[in-house]
This record gives sequence, C-alpha cells and structure tokens, in this order.
Amino acid sequence: MNKEKILDAALILLVPVGLYMAFIYAPVAKSLGPNQKIFYFHVASAWISFFAFFVTFCTSILYLIKDDFCFDDIAESSAEIGLLFCTIVLTTGPIWGKAAWGAWWTWDPRLTTTAILWFIYVGYIMLRKFIDEDSKRARFAAAVGIIGFIDVPIVFFSIRIWKNTIHPNVVQKGGGGLHPMMLHAMFFALLIFTLLYLSLLIKRVRFARAKRRFDALERAS
Amino acid sequence: MSYFNTVLCIFRKDILEEFKSKEVVNSMLVFSLLVVVVFSFIFEPGSDMKNEVVGGILWMSFVFAGLLGLNKSMMTEVQGGNLQALLLSPVDPSSIFFGKVLSNFTFMAMVEIITIPIFTVLYNVNVFAGGALTAAVFFLGTYGFAVLGTLFSLISVNTRTREVMLPLLLLPILVPVILASVQSLNIFVLGHDHALAYPWLKILLIFDIIFTAVVFAVFDFIVEE
Repeated sequence: MNKEKILDAALILLVPVGLYMAFIYAPVAKSLGPNQKIFYFHVASAWISFFAFFVTFCTSILYLIKDDFCFDDIAESSAEIGLLFCTIVLTTGPIWGKAAWGAWWTWDPRLTTTAILWFIYVGYIMLRKFIDEDSKRARFAAAVGIIGFIDVPIVFFSIRIWKNTIHPNVVQKGGGGLHPMMLHAMFFALLIFTLLYLSLLIKRVRFARAKRRFDALERAS
Repeated sequence: MSYFNTVLCIFRKDILEEFKSKEVVNSMLVFSLLVVVVFSFIFEPGSDMKNEVVGGILWMSFVFAGLLGLNKSMMTEVQGGNLQALLLSPVDPSSIFFGKVLSNFTFMAMVEIITIPIFTVLYNVNVFAGGALTAAVFFLGTYGFAVLGTLFSLISVNTRTREVMLPLLLLPILVPVILASVQSLNIFVLGHDHALAYPWLKILLIFDIIFTAVVFAVFDFIVEE
C-alpha cells in the first residue's frame, strides 16, 4: 500500500520532468521538426505494450500451472493496459508516419505485426467478457494469452520474408544516428512509462480482486 | 487404450456421424463454392489481373468454409453433452482433441478436393503447377487451420457469442498460415521459380510444429474440471 503511494508520488514528480526532456531538453530534429517529438511517446508506448503482453503470457502459464486466480487477475489487467498502449502506438504511429514518409500507413512488417497484435488482444478481452464461469474464463483466456503471444514472432518473421522478396525495407524508425540528448529523453520516457505501467497494473489488479470478491458475495447471497 | 487408438476412435466416430447426416461437409462445400463464385466479381471479365490473387481467393473460400464447419462440428459435440462425457472417460484429454483435429482436417480436405478442380476450371489457372509442393502447401496449411481451429472452436462454443468469437480469435492468430499458403500458391500460379516458395513452406512447417506442441502441452490444463 505504501509502496504504491511512493510510486504514485514519483510519477507525479517525474512526468513533468519527462515532458520537459521530450519537448525542451531534446533538440528539434532537422528533417522532421517538432513532429519528431511524438517519437518519445510512441516508442515508450510500444515498449510497454509488448512488455504488458509478455506479462500476460507469463502469468497465463503460471495460472495454468498453479491454478491461482491471482495470476489470472494480473494476466487480465496487464492485457488491458497493453491493449491501451498498443492503441496509443497505432494512433501516434500514423501521425508520425504522415510527417515522416508521407503516408498514414504502410504495410511494413512492424506496422502489420502491431496491428495483428492489437486484434489478438482485442479478441482476448472480448473472450473474457463473454464467458460467465470464473475458472472456465481463466483457463480459456490463458490459452489465448499463451498462443497469441507466441504467434507474434511468427507473424513478424513471415511478413518480413514477403517484404524482402518484393521491395527492400525502407522505413527504419529511430535510425542509428540519434542525437545523445534525444537518447536521454527517450530512455527517460521509457523509465516513466514503465513506472506508469506498474502503477496502473497495481491499481487494476486491486480492482480485479475486489470485483472477484464482490461477484463471489453476490453469488452467495 | 493407447493414445493413437483413442485418436482414431474419435476420428471414426466423427466420420460415421458425418456419413449419416452429411451436414458439415455439405454446408462447407456449398459455402466454399459460393465464395469462389462471388469473389469473381472483383475482376473485370477476362482480366489477367486475377492470376495474381487466385491463391488468396481459394484460401479465403477454405477459411470461411472452415470457420462454418468448425462451429458446426463443435456445436454438435457440446449440445448433447457428448464432449463432457468424452472428457470424463479415462483417456488423455489431448488424444480426444487430436481426434477432433483429425476429423476436422478430413472434412476440410474433402471440401478442398472438390473445390480445387472446380476452381481450376472456373478461373482457368493451374494451382497444381507446383506439383508435390502445392500438395504440401495444402496439407500443411489445412493442418495448421485444423489444429488452431479446433482449439478455438472449443473455446468459443463456451462463450455467449459463439459464432462471432471463433473468427475473432482465430483469424489474427492464423495470419502466418493464410499468408504463407496464399503467397506460395501465387508463386506456383504465376510460374515463378519454385524455390521462392521454400521459405513460406518453412513458415507453415514451423507454425504447425510449434502450435501442435503448445496445444499438446496446455490442453490438459485448459479442460480440467
């Protein structure tokens, strides 16, 4: 409980610093201008969504092995947060893409895989909403959480083959030559987003637990 | 009873049931032919552009028909409480699952065997230009579809929105199978170098192996009551 408060306080202090680093400290990119600022939010969101889905994957396995609803709550919460950040990635990406290469969307492997990832976890969340029985919901959702996560590298790999045979991969985000001050801002953004993820996860898990208890009480009465 | 014996028994049960009612294969077949005909309206009559997308049309017709068949075959299993009874019997639950995979694979294959010649006549292309490679594409692709499709049909019949849930869960996860099958068929139809299809076949094979192993590992956990 106390740790959670410390985390929240740290976020309140660090988020303005992060914004300062992204908008003022980091220099404006030569070719893209202020558009490039979206980069810090975009990359950090992408990192969080992958990390959150990875947490769902691990806790799904743990649920199947240990049969403890605690892991199911974490899996559900993490998937929801991951989906939220994945949506941010898919929104900020096209805005940046329009400025960077003149198109909202290209069927680049990375974009396509992210879109598919989004659909997999939308399916995961919908599945959870449509099963009434607790243990059934947890077991089936765990199966989707595991298989969905394994699928993404395969999709990434398969789509890359296709692109390589037709045309070379032109778009590489970030690129190698990032200004050191931009790099600082990016790593700081990654740190803040990770803390934000943890804070959201703790709150969401607490909510899931309360809801589970509430449902049990309602069934009992 | 040994593992493979159980698989074969389940398979035999499904085939016998299907021979009596002929519901699943017939409805899948009509649907897949319908998709083939309806998709022809994408092109101007007589245009050559169609050669570049016939692989996609053929696979889409299988995928749509397959979704229909999976829903139907799992529904009959659940409605009479038969699945519950099977899972209560003292055999490995995953052997029951792979029996269902085998029968779903067979239903899909029956539909494909009839649809492909008709498709070849209607679209005037030879999807079997790849010879044994084409056969391998159909085999591996259909197997991948059957493994994941059977698992997700089992999951989706337990939800309140069963018909919608199956495609929502299955299609995104099936992307590697659809993509690899379509791309390799297009390579054969367009007469490109067959070696270009090898990476796609590799993807199909990897996908099939990984998901068979994963489903085998987790299935006992997901159905335990």
